[in-house]
Amino acid sequence: MKEKVSDRVGSAFGGETYEQDVIVIGAGGAGLRAAIEARLQGLSVGLICKSLLGKAHTVMAEGGAAAALAYVDNRDSWKVHFRDTLRGGKFLNNYKMALLHAQEAPDRIKELEAWGALFDRTEDGRILQRNFGGHRFPRLAHVGDRTGLEIIRTLQDKAVHLGIDVYMECTITKLLKDGDKISGALGYWRTTGESVLFKAKAIVLATGGFGKAYRVTSNSWEYTGDGHALAYHAGADLIDMEFVQFHPTGMVWPLSVKGILVTEGVRGDGGILKNSKGERFMFRYIPDLYKAETSDTEEEANRWLAGDKSARRPPELLTRDVVAKAIVKEVKEGRGSPHSGVFLDIASRRSAEDIKRKLPGMYQQFKELAGIDITKEPMEVAPTCHYAMGGVRVDAETAAATVPGLFAAGECAGGMHGANRLGGNSLSDLLVFGRRAGLGAAEYAKKLSSQPTVDMGEVQQAQQQMSEPFERSRGETAYKIISDLQEMMETYVGIVREEKELSLAVEKIQQLKKRAQNVCATGDKAYNPGWNYALDLTSLLTVSEAIILAAKERKESRGALTRIDYPNTEEDWGKVNVVIRKKGTEMTVAKEPLSEMPEELKALLQETI
Amino acid sequence: MEKLIFKVYRGDSGKGELKEYQIEVDEGMVVLDAIHKLQATQAPDLACRWNCKAGRCGSCSAEINGFPKLMCMTRIDELPKGNPITVEPMKAFPIIKDLVTDVSWNYEVNKTIPPFTPKPPEPDGTWRMQQKDIDRVQEFRKCIECFLCQDVCHVLRNHNKHSQFIGPRFLIRVASLEMHPLDTVDRRELLKDQFGIGFCNITKCCTEVCPERITITDNAIIPLKERVVDRYYDPLAWLIRQLKRVFKPSAK
Repeated sequence: MKEKVSDRVGSAFGGETYEQDVIVIGAGGAGLRAAIEARLQGLSVGLICKSLLGKAHTVMAEGGAAAALAYVDNRDSWKVHFRDTLRGGKFLNNYKMALLHAQEAPDRIKELEAWGALFDRTEDGRILQRNFGGHRFPRLAHVGDRTGLEIIRTLQDKAVHLGIDVYMECTITKLLKDGDKISGALGYWRTTGESVLFKAKAIVLATGGFGKAYRVTSNSWEYTGDGHALAYHAGADLIDMEFVQFHPTGMVWPLSVKGILVTEGVRGDGGILKNSKGERFMFRYIPDLYKAETSDTEEEANRWLAGDKSARRPPELLTRDVVAKAIVKEVKEGRGSPHSGVFLDIASRRSAEDIKRKLPGMYQQFKELAGIDITKEPMEVAPTCHYAMGGVRVDAETAAATVPGLFAAGECAGGMHGANRLGGNSLSDLLVFGRRAGLGAAEYAKKLSSQPTVDMGEVQQAQQQMSEPFERSRGETAYKIISDLQEMMETYVGIVREEKELSLAVEKIQQLKKRAQNVCATGDKAYNPGWNYALDLTSLLTVSEAIILAAKERKESRGALTRIDYPNTEEDWGKVNVVIRKKGTEMTVAKEPLSEMPEELKALLQETI
Repeated sequence: MEKLIFKVYRGDSGKGELKEYQIEVDEGMVVLDAIHKLQATQAPDLACRWNCKAGRCGSCSAEINGFPKLMCMTRIDELPKGNPITVEPMKAFPIIKDLVTDVSWNYEVNKTIPPFTPKPPEPDGTWRMQQKDIDRVQEFRKCIECFLCQDVCHVLRNHNKHSQFIGPRFLIRVASLEMHPLDTVDRRELLKDQFGIGFCNITKCCTEVCPERITITDNAIIPLKERVVDRYYDPLAWLIRQLKRVFKPSAK
């Protein structure tokens, strides 16, 4: 149980101290699921939330959780889900993760139902599944367009009654080590600004992504790559950092809502994309890999919508990397909508009643924020930074990072999604690997003979660093530096990249790092966003540098990485991960081979279904 | 772009006041955008909670011109023109700083609600449920925990009955469990006693402010009140229970 051990620590550290077997950093789906699992193993578990409990980014997930339950189409199975995931990831995925994910997702969804979740139903009373990009069959368990809320609330209520200690509005700034092993974490309470020390045998990172490195993003203020940066500085490997997912459909107008997510469920439920000429342009962008299973005429696509199982899927349901790039090209070639997007039309495809029932959130969002009635008019949409495929390199079975005692799950872990994530695979990912991380951390903690020792010198130094922004009388605010960073990332490291711009980005990031050394905060520490952002800035700069270096290293185009100077997908590059690692104070880049997939799994990938 | 006057609460639990700011406003901006602009340009230490900026997380609750609203879903151009726009923290909870209040009481209340306890599954380990049987509960589960209903409820806001009444948010939560087709726990005694459902006198203020448009009073609170009444105050039901006891002495 939550044990305040401040008194036992002595005078070296002034703040509160808590001691637990397992600390989970991040309280979205992955963090909650990890905490639940570790607690079920009988350990004392602390769950640290950057915001209030239940507000993490998982609530923003709309469309659904992918699991081959085969309730709607009995041709589905884990094999097809595995194949779809690898094809979507352009074969760069950690195949062991993709395999476990495809095999275990159905059980994780059923488990949620046993914990009180209420998914939409089929006629025969089972869990209804919806179509989504890159998934061969209707596969996403969902609740209208608020699936993430259902999942986080279910996990939250489960966790609360298990006796997990929840630390809300607490940001971790440093992981502590005893030799090579994890020994704890240092952070601060947002409400008071006071530092707080957590001593732990094992730590699970579940901090999500880093969309805030970009200006136009569907991500919230929390998404500053904290877990990525904490792991990196603790000596863990990061992989696939060059792959940043831009969701094809974000809102574009009014400006103040630019980037807010429009669920892929709109297309899953029949929505189509049109350019300013009224053309259904996605027919022109079908990659060879998907030709055999994608409609090439509107007639066939319409039959699919009407429920004809022999018809192939419409091209709007190609993977996100393909659709995002197509939209960028349409706009660039002058066929965009008035606000540099394209039109997403559901009004002409489904009845107003259906739209309001299946997409109530989208209906409200457009009505209230943009003054658009989506049951009558098309939406204007364009790509928005959405998801980090790259993350902490982990062992598939246990979610263990390369630092003993450190585990990672959900968006902040890398490998599962390869070069491009399929929509719906993130909610299932966080359930499958959240559970595995909780289990892995618990098993590791149980085996540890004694509590690792926290180095109080390290603590004091980190504490000192936290206060520095207040000690500078002159300097820039974090708002300004973050805004410039976002603009730089968007300009030079956006959807389409090239060597010249990436080299410029390398220079620019060094300049920004220099400016960050002079970031200042005013006022006091209590609930001070200006100061909080100054600390988040450190993480943002670390992940941004990693994205730039990794993107520069990979000399090909694959999935979410488009290099106009290397437009082709190269076989040799399909065999390696780009690995980011800290050596001394330097960020280093290496190429390391993927593990070889067994023949029987390789055969699955070639199957045309 | 036009300049508007905002009056924003600045202060902590000790003291505070409405402070006036001029903010340049673009087309389509919501109140949260204005607050963000204020932080970036004039008041970097202005405290406010927010996350999704799309009405889905329920973090940015505040009182705008005196009305409990989500700042991210309140368009500035829909507010009355000419007058300054006031932005204040929720009143039913203690202030931490500026627009941020201490809502931890809500999390404590949630812990006291007995959790979901399903009936045994069918032989294949799952359950069958019809959509029409879960529509109502799905409505309740739309709740984003913005706590605006708690804020507006006079039992909490004006009478401070936090220790005796769980408020609309958690009556919704109890309703979502009580009406869940699989749940087996009876929470009526708790509703009557510990949860204080009797304090609600159905003024429907909670329903009016709910950004998720959950019909809190009609669909959740009134049916729960009826269940409590049926169980504890209906003389006919009482008589039937007594008779059942007489004729089936082994039954409880």
